[in-house]
Amino acid sequence: MHNTLDIKGLRIEATSYPPGEKPRDVVLVNNVSVSVQQGRVLGLIGESGAGKSTIGLSAMSYGRGGVRLTGGHILLNGREIREAGPAELRTLRGREVTYVAQSAAAAFNPAIRLMDQVIETSLLHGVMSRTEAEARAVELFGKLGLPDPENFGRRYPHQVSGGQLQRAMTAMALCPKPDLVIFDEPTTALDVTTQIDVLVAIKTAIRDTGVAALYITHDLAVVAQVADDILVLRGGKKVEYGTTDQIINNPQEDYTKALVSVRSIDHDEKAEAPPVLSVAGVTARYRGTNFDVLKNITVDLPAGQTLAVVGESGSGKSTLARVITGLLPAAKGKLTFAGRTLSPALAQRSKDDLREVQMIYQMADTAMNPRQTVGTIIGRPLEFYFDLKGEAKRQRVQELLDEIEMGSGFADRYPAELSGGQKQRVCIARALAAKPKLIICDEVTSALDPLVADGILKLLLSLQAREGVAYLFITHDLATVRAIADKIAVMYRGEVVRYGGKTDVLTPPFDDYTDLLLSSVPEMKLGWLEEVLENRKMESAGN
Amino acid sequence: MRRLPVSALIGLLLTGAFFAVAIFAQWLAPYQIGEIVGGVWDPASSAHLLGTDSIGRDLLTRMIYGAQVTIFVATCATILSFVTGSVLGFLAATAGGWVDQALSRFVDLVMAIPSLILALVVLTAVDVTLPTLIIVMGLLDSTRVFRLSRAVAVDITVMDYVEAARLRGEGQGWVIFSEILPNALTPLIAELGLRFIFAVLFISTLSFLGLGVQPPLADWGGLVKENSAGLIYGKSAALAPAMAIAALAISVNLVADWVLSRTTSLKGGRGA
Repeated sequence: MHNTLDIKGLRIEATSYPPGEKPRDVVLVNNVSVSVQQGRVLGLIGESGAGKSTIGLSAMSYGRGGVRLTGGHILLNGREIREAGPAELRTLRGREVTYVAQSAAAAFNPAIRLMDQVIETSLLHGVMSRTEAEARAVELFGKLGLPDPENFGRRYPHQVSGGQLQRAMTAMALCPKPDLVIFDEPTTALDVTTQIDVLVAIKTAIRDTGVAALYITHDLAVVAQVADDILVLRGGKKVEYGTTDQIINNPQEDYTKALVSVRSIDHDEKAEAPPVLSVAGVTARYRGTNFDVLKNITVDLPAGQTLAVVGESGSGKSTLARVITGLLPAAKGKLTFAGRTLSPALAQRSKDDLREVQMIYQMADTAMNPRQTVGTIIGRPLEFYFDLKGEAKRQRVQELLDEIEMGSGFADRYPAELSGGQKQRVCIARALAAKPKLIICDEVTSALDPLVADGILKLLLSLQAREGVAYLFITHDLATVRAIADKIAVMYRGEVVRYGGKTDVLTPPFDDYTDLLLSSVPEMKLGWLEEVLENRKMESAGN
Repeated sequence: MRRLPVSALIGLLLTGAFFAVAIFAQWLAPYQIGEIVGGVWDPASSAHLLGTDSIGRDLLTRMIYGAQVTIFVATCATILSFVTGSVLGFLAATAGGWVDQALSRFVDLVMAIPSLILALVVLTAVDVTLPTLIIVMGLLDSTRVFRLSRAVAVDITVMDYVEAARLRGEGQGWVIFSEILPNALTPLIAELGLRFIFAVLFISTLSFLGLGVQPPLADWGGLVKENSAGLIYGKSAALAPAMAIAALAISVNLVADWVLSRTTSLKGGRGA
């Protein structure tokens, strides 16, 4: 039996245009060989920049934005396609190879009904007639667990949820009966509770249709559930290639071991302490709406400890942060901070109130002014709150840079010249510069690669030990919560459904939602997905 | 720095030459501005490179002084329109609420009236001097700048770094000048070139209609008007200032295009 896809010694290059320098060629992928057989799933895993998407797209002989496939062989069904012309590629893309993109919401045309988009390629390639294609689409909708398969296709993309849209795109990819499907981070943009349904749907569909698949992701725990083989990539090179069982249970390379054991941080719950922040009976709604986004929230954050607020998107956890910072004044309820009452609106707060509550954002990119140097970004709070100027300010900036483990030479750089992890560190330094009692961390590690995120969490913990600052840690990632929290508040639809010390919250018996949330976090072991489905008490909101 | 495209190079050279002529007019002009040195509409000769005008003044001299007036008025009006337009635009974007509503609706109102007609009405009512001209042109043009800078700033005010500045307790001034302005500068600079051209055309139009620069001063629009009667007799004196207006407009445009393409390119975009 021949392989559906055979990639041998693939080399991919692109031209980079560094500012102020001559354009030069960079090698994105070097000497990578993989093969996939019918009915098998190959997982491509690595951090951002590892070349996993680039390799995935090369399976349909496509290079994104100036990327060139310069060497090696790409054999699809035994046929060399690396240097195929546009006419030949047109016959195979969407026919023999199809693609499922990360953001279904951005990939669907909002003005066309789902059915017409799902069957488009099948009709274009003349694989089947419209009636046949529609029948197949309905069958696939059913197989993928979409509600009311008969009528699902009549809806527009905005009328279905994100998880459903992702499954609709999987149906689109499977409709023309391809030989190979490329899944490019299909669940990354989804909530954990939704992710699990999509994972199940994808897994069943692959098994039932018997296609070969490439599954690209940065989450090893996810890929362990769906893939038969895994290729670990780093910097465009192969690190390790083997069966899923071997990679998860018996990794050979140090890098793979680090990936498998990530979130090794252990953090014991601290003893009860007087609260630095008390949120009492807070209810909030956005202006011009008559819907309470937060309903009667009561939580305490002990000084020098971490309160993790967990929940899926739309649960109101970021809104809670906006209420505490004063960006969205609460309609009812009281905020007590360091023994004094915080006025609900930002404009009425004293400079000390502002200084002692700092915030770190999810996207470090947009949290820093791209036209200011790191020195200015960190120096401004020093100047603003403490009147530090000139040499004194410069020294303090350097101290702060040392604290975030970045050393000298960074003060004159612009944010664009930093890596993702470094950017987030600078944001931490900016918050620390104000000598705050409380830092609100809004999904600070979600945009980072796992190993980098790990470093940030360790930094936050050591800073807490040294400076005694309290964190309100907003996240949807339970592994992070286990690593960092002292107290946990689980939020669901604007309410706190479970609240208490870490050990209490994470110890059964659970309420239904906490059970769903906890059980939905992919674990790094084989067969986890099947286990979870058997034991679930509650359907996730995506259905 | 990537290589300058040829079109931008030509644009820069010509624009530079025009501005040099305007600045050094007093030393470059071969005759006095009001001096009658020849006959009516003499053809070009070695003494009068562009010939003479409707009452026998040297046309080249008039053109050089005209460049000074035209470029001076246009530059001042553009600066005025940018300072008022962008400051108010940023203010509207950052303050929001009724400030934004009041400013934006007032600007809509002004923009609903054709600016040439509005300018003509105002200029018939007041004494036409260079300062009044500049103020009228600058304020009328600032409505366009207001719209652009408000649109650009609205995009920037929703960025996390502006929110971070607000949470820090920064005042409106810091937010506008340190957070928003540096990030809005590139599209504004590109717009500056275009607005300058419109100012040149506007002052020329006003002068041609007799409500712009008043004699004894002369700008290019005024020169076209003075000599337009000659066209009937086949005298080409009116074409020289007309061509100068066109040449200046095109050369500034070439530069503006280049700046625009730099700011909209993928690699050198606003974020970088």
